Amino acid sequence: MIHSLFLINSSGDIFLEKHWKSVVSRSVCDYFFEAQERATEAENVPPVIPTPHHYLLSVYRHKIFFVAVIQTEVPPLFVIEFLHRVVDTFQDYFGVCSEPVIKDNVVVVYEVLEEMLDNGFPLATESNILKELIKPPTILRTVVNTITGSTNVGDQLPTGQLSVVPWRRTGVKYTNNEAYFDVVEEIDAIIDKSGSTITAEIQGVIDACVKLTGMPDLTLSFMNPRLLDDVSFHPCVRFKRWESERILSFIPPDGNFRLLSYHVSAQNLVAIPVYVKHNISFRDSTSLGRFEITVGPKQTMGKTIEGVIVTSQMPKGVLNMSLSPSQGTHTFDPVTKMLSWDVGKINPQKLPSLKGTVSLQAGASRPDENPTINLQFKIQQLAISGLNPPLFAKEDWP
Amino acid sequence: MSSNSFAYNEQSGGGEATELGQEATSTISPSGAFGLFSSDLKKNEDLKQMLESNKDSAKLDAMKRIVGMIAKGKNASELFPAVVKNVASKNIEIKKLVYVYLVRYAEEQQDLALLSISTFQRALKDPNQLIRASALRVLSSIRVPIIVPIMMLAIKEAAADLSPYVRKNAAHAIQKLYSLDPEQKEMLIEVIEKLLKDKSILVAGSVVMAFEEVCPDRIDLIHKNYRKLCNLLVDVEEWGQVVIIHMLTRYARTQFVSPWREDDGLEDNEKSFYDSDDEQKEKTDKRKKPYTMDPDHRLLIRNTKPLLQSRNAAVVMAVAQLYWHISPKSEAGIISKSLVRLLRSNREVQYIVLQNIATMSIQRKGMFEPYLKSFYVRSTDPTMIKTLKLEILTNLANEANISTLLREFQTYVKSQDKQFAAATIQTIGRCATNISEVTDTCLSGLVCLLSNRDEIVVAESVVVIKKLLQMQPAQHGEIIKHMAKLLDSITVPVARASILWLIGENCERVPKIAPDVLRKMAKSFTSEDDLVKLQILNLGAKLYLTNSKQTKLLTQYILNLGKYDQNYDIRDRTRFIRQLIVPNEKSGALSKYAKKIFLAQKPAPLLESPFKDRDHFQLGTLSHTLNAKAAGYLELSNWPEVAPDPSVRNVEVIDLAKEWTPAGKAKNENPTKKFYSESEEEEDSSDSSSDSGSESGSESGEEDEEGDSSEDSSEDSSSEPESESGHQSDTENRRAAKRNSKTKGKGDSKDGKKENEKSKTSDSSNAESSSVEESSSDSESESESESESESRKVTKEKEKKAKQDRNRLATDASLLDLDDFNPVSTPVALPTPALSPSLIADLEGLNLSTSSSVISVSTPVFVPMKTHVLLHRMSGKGLAAHYSFPRQPCIFGDKMVSVQITLNNTTDKKIENIHIREKKLPIGMQMHVFNPIESLEPEGSITVSMGIDFCDSTQTASFQLCTKDDCFSVNIQPPVGELLLPVAMSEKDFKKEQGMLTGMNETSATIITAPQNFPPSVILQKVINVANAGVVPSGQDNIHRSSSKSLERPDASVS
Repeated sequence: MIHSLFLINSSGDIFLEKHWKSVVSRSVCDYFFEAQERATEAENVPPVIPTPHHYLLSVYRHKIFFVAVIQTEVPPLFVIEFLHRVVDTFQDYFGVCSEPVIKDNVVVVYEVLEEMLDNGFPLATESNILKELIKPPTILRTVVNTITGSTNVGDQLPTGQLSVVPWRRTGVKYTNNEAYFDVVEEIDAIIDKSGSTITAEIQGVIDACVKLTGMPDLTLSFMNPRLLDDVSFHPCVRFKRWESERILSFIPPDGNFRLLSYHVSAQNLVAIPVYVKHNISFRDSTSLGRFEITVGPKQTMGKTIEGVIVTSQMPKGVLNMSLSPSQGTHTFDPVTKMLSWDVGKINPQKLPSLKGTVSLQAGASRPDENPTINLQFKIQQLAISGLNPPLFAKEDWP
Repeated sequence: MSSNSFAYNEQSGGGEATELGQEATSTISPSGAFGLFSSDLKKNEDLKQMLESNKDSAKLDAMKRIVGMIAKGKNASELFPAVVKNVASKNIEIKKLVYVYLVRYAEEQQDLALLSISTFQRALKDPNQLIRASALRVLSSIRVPIIVPIMMLAIKEAAADLSPYVRKNAAHAIQKLYSLDPEQKEMLIEVIEKLLKDKSILVAGSVVMAFEEVCPDRIDLIHKNYRKLCNLLVDVEEWGQVVIIHMLTRYARTQFVSPWREDDGLEDNEKSFYDSDDEQKEKTDKRKKPYTMDPDHRLLIRNTKPLLQSRNAAVVMAVAQLYWHISPKSEAGIISKSLVRLLRSNREVQYIVLQNIATMSIQRKGMFEPYLKSFYVRSTDPTMIKTLKLEILTNLANEANISTLLREFQTYVKSQDKQFAAATIQTIGRCATNISEVTDTCLSGLVCLLSNRDEIVVAESVVVIKKLLQMQPAQHGEIIKHMAKLLDSITVPVARASILWLIGENCERVPKIAPDVLRKMAKSFTSEDDLVKLQILNLGAKLYLTNSKQTKLLTQYILNLGKYDQNYDIRDRTRFIRQLIVPNEKSGALSKYAKKIFLAQKPAPLLESPFKDRDHFQLGTLSHTLNAKAAGYLELSNWPEVAPDPSVRNVEVIDLAKEWTPAGKAKNENPTKKFYSESEEEEDSSDSSSDSGSESGSESGEEDEEGDSSEDSSEDSSSEPESESGHQSDTENRRAAKRNSKTKGKGDSKDGKKENEKSKTSDSSNAESSSVEESSSDSESESESESESESRKVTKEKEKKAKQDRNRLATDASLLDLDDFNPVSTPVALPTPALSPSLIADLEGLNLSTSSSVISVSTPVFVPMKTHVLLHRMSGKGLAAHYSFPRQPCIFGDKMVSVQITLNNTTDKKIENIHIREKKLPIGMQMHVFNPIESLEPEGSITVSMGIDFCDSTQTASFQLCTKDDCFSVNIQPPVGELLLPVAMSEKDFKKEQGMLTGMNETSATIITAPQNFPPSVILQKVINVANAGVVPSGQDNIHRSSSKSLERPDASVS
């Protein structure tokens, strides 16, 4: 299946290579570089590139290309999903997944990759098992290791791999048993000029951090499980219980994991909690334009909207902008023509606004379309889909 | 270096050679480069010293640096001898790093690599399974042809290993050996055949992978294992699932007859428009037709369905393609929701999924129509995603949605991403040709775009308009004139060429303009692009033929220019045209037909989807993505006309019982059924001859022992997944039941015999307890299996008592309840009395009536979906309210019953500020109201929950439901059954509690029913339907008990 893996940074250097079968020369990446050159932006590089003898499948995350080399037919999603899993694992191990971090921890990276694939076929991808095999580096452990000469490699052989609960390591002990569940919902909407919603959908996840001793068996029930019509689960969730009773029953992995993710479709229209008033106009006669946007809350159930960031890609003809925000800070990059305004919290009494003028390139014609505005925001303690937080978690463990 | 180049395959060999060449030259070049190289040598020298030192830390340091070199792609092969010495190191990390090095360089240093082999051979005999496994893993990764016999021997031994983990590694080793020496194929197939029979979920994925790689054509090896693979599928790890599903898809296409109707293919496009009727029609058709699906075919389709909810995109895609390729067309619809969900994933996943949706949406529009809006383009999407989404939108366009789509497209055209805007224009063109109603609208829209300021947009519009006009050339003189004017301003060659071609085609309709255009073009001929030049020549030729008076000289001038053009294409064309149109003595008979040749009716181009021809590739494959056959692509065969003999999948009698019991189990599609029941995989390794019976016995035995048979049977009736498959699954059930009952008898007799031998393991759970013993002997005691055995010991006595009945019941129950029940997860759902003491202490809010018995609240066995009307929409001025009892413990208070209220706004206006006022409650009753709802959108609905403490009475709770403008009086009266909470208790406790409930507390009634009409499960079903009760395990099969406690007082109710 997967022959080799190359890690390539944004400037086109291969900084790590790993082979699971015979060595494939790194010259195979030349095809990738060609494709990279053709695509103007990094995210436009096609994920699948055929070359005369190999196929290159790549994912782009954290400004690194993870390029897998394969030789024969294989479901492309298989490889792509695996590469994403590799990135997730690195993130899990090192906190961040960036070029310097990978270079610093090259030995751990290599050991992890060695365990993840055998002959190109995934062997251990559960982070719980991997962490038992190869312990993630921490400052304390590094210090201890240098003094005592002990190693990162687990001296105990992993048992999780052999058990029927492969995602949980055995022999977990905590003095404080605790479990946290975090419901995160993202709403994704397209809104037209006049403010009416074209599409809106909600994507939610329940992330969990479970630190419980032994083999706990948890159940979680929802007040209104009917909302969750399209769900995908962590393999630990018993599907049958969910089908029949709408109760989540599972033996959790140890530590952080994503319990489930769900998708609420646009059928029942979602109330978007913010609105943007805009007044952007360019005039033909002068090279100046007016620019004014105001952000305000709408149906927030009394919760504050925070972390508001407005970004907008200005048309090419824009030379510069002189703007003054009523709160927050704004930047305009004259090269990429990207305007971004970090608003912060919205105070419903005094709505934040950004006003000013836009100067166009002399002689350039008036842009024929107003720019798209992207708005990001956060609301704590509010599930927009109306999903109530999980009701109770019953814990049974010996 | 010869061995080095051996490592590289033919294609990369060249590149490597040049690299080596460069290296060589750099060593020759003076000073600087040489110095660098020598320092490199020195460094390696010191690494060697470190490796030879006695200290582990120094060795480890050296190995780490060497691995760093390998990672960077630097050559570290010369350290081989020094490194290999450490292969037997005691330090695990050093050992592992040496393995990494060895696998990387063994191919280049074959002789030296042999030194390490004996270490692995020794490790292969190690008592620890993990050491055996890792030794096999490294040994088989060393690509040295000399050790092929050793590897073969090791694989054969490992394939018979007791540990499933070692067997899994053996399956991986098969592929490695095959790629090293394909001549071993026959021997390896034998091993694969053996491993395919393995029942462990660990092995299944890996061995199927080996099968796919070594002998994908030996489909006959799968027959006997088909049902097992289907049933194991949900439990296999995700990567294995993908491989197995792809293999089974191919298998199904060769072994079953087509579930599609003959004329399906033809009707496809039509079908989508009337999807819902069609589906019904299809069902009725099916009844008429003699086609019945092979039960094995159905098994596969059913068992893969839960995997659509996997978190792994590859698994979801694999199931989707399986449904697409082998399920009846009416059932394939369920995959669209899951695929649309994947669109929220990473860019790369989106890319692949969208490609597959594009192919599907051409053939079966109906599947994705409801999700049209999910394919709307976002400004943050990368261009390749945008174009794919456009493609799908075009495929989904029909008369009904085209107007919304066109409005959406208008926004896209204005996008700043001009490449995307151009693609949108193409799309509009395709919609215009496909849907005749909007052709004119699209055309006028495109004409408007001609005055767009962006040149790319204009050019693209011109090209598309040209194609549209070609379809209906009649009445568009105006547009042609407009476009002729554009020639002055537009510079994009394709657009210019298109305009010229259009004028040439319609030169008779615009007799005044055409010659003038030719004149202008003649002037600028030399500076035009080649593409435009060719069209100028064409235009000239056409005008010469129709209007030679005005244009004869012009054309000749152009032909002269063309004659001396730099491009040979143009020179050729010029020569050709001149011979054809200009009459001279040499010109042959052809010139008479020149007009017919040039001005023939040309068929309009068909604007087709680029995904049209991809459907012959299996979906989800690399070949489909590339639209070209990838190496190793296995063609999906067509359905056979007549199904091959289905009996090949039957397994021998003893095995049959084994096969079918899990088959029943898997029917409820429980991905977690194996959490604890290691027995299934372990037992075949322990003693396979006797437990076929005991297993089936244990199944039915646990059924009543756990006291949840009613739960299962209720689930059967409520959530039977195959109710849609109708009669045939019934017959299947019956068949399975027959087999079960056949084996039951056997199991019983065996049971009896064993009982005499060994009292401890006499009871039917011996399979389970043996697995416990095994695992503890392995010194990796699994806490949960331990606890299980503990609980088992406690319940053992009871079991024995109930055994007589049970054996009789066994056949009974299996008839009713073939479907899985889960002996394993039940202790969770209904805590048995054998809970650990600490937990008992933890249980709060419970008054223990005696110290020995435990009443713990359990989860509801059954939640009725019944809702009651709280406020009718007519009386509520458009606000409708319903309430239901979700049977969940109330979060607002221990004594409260949770009530779920669903509010619907049926008006066309917003209803604001919905809240509760004026609670008129009888004394003692309490109510926790929901938070006021700010507003409810028209057609919107919202579900809120509240808690009411009814004081254990059926008194009505009245209150007012108010909106901004109105108030409505409503009331809730609880059915008695909802005032209860289910509790789990043992039979003994139940009797004790029952004994205390005499006199005032006792109510009894007798209901007479014909017993044969009411199997136990039906009665239980009825009881839990009305009351929120738990089920008490009962020793006598004619008495059914259910238990619950009221919210106020601890007591038990009996039925």
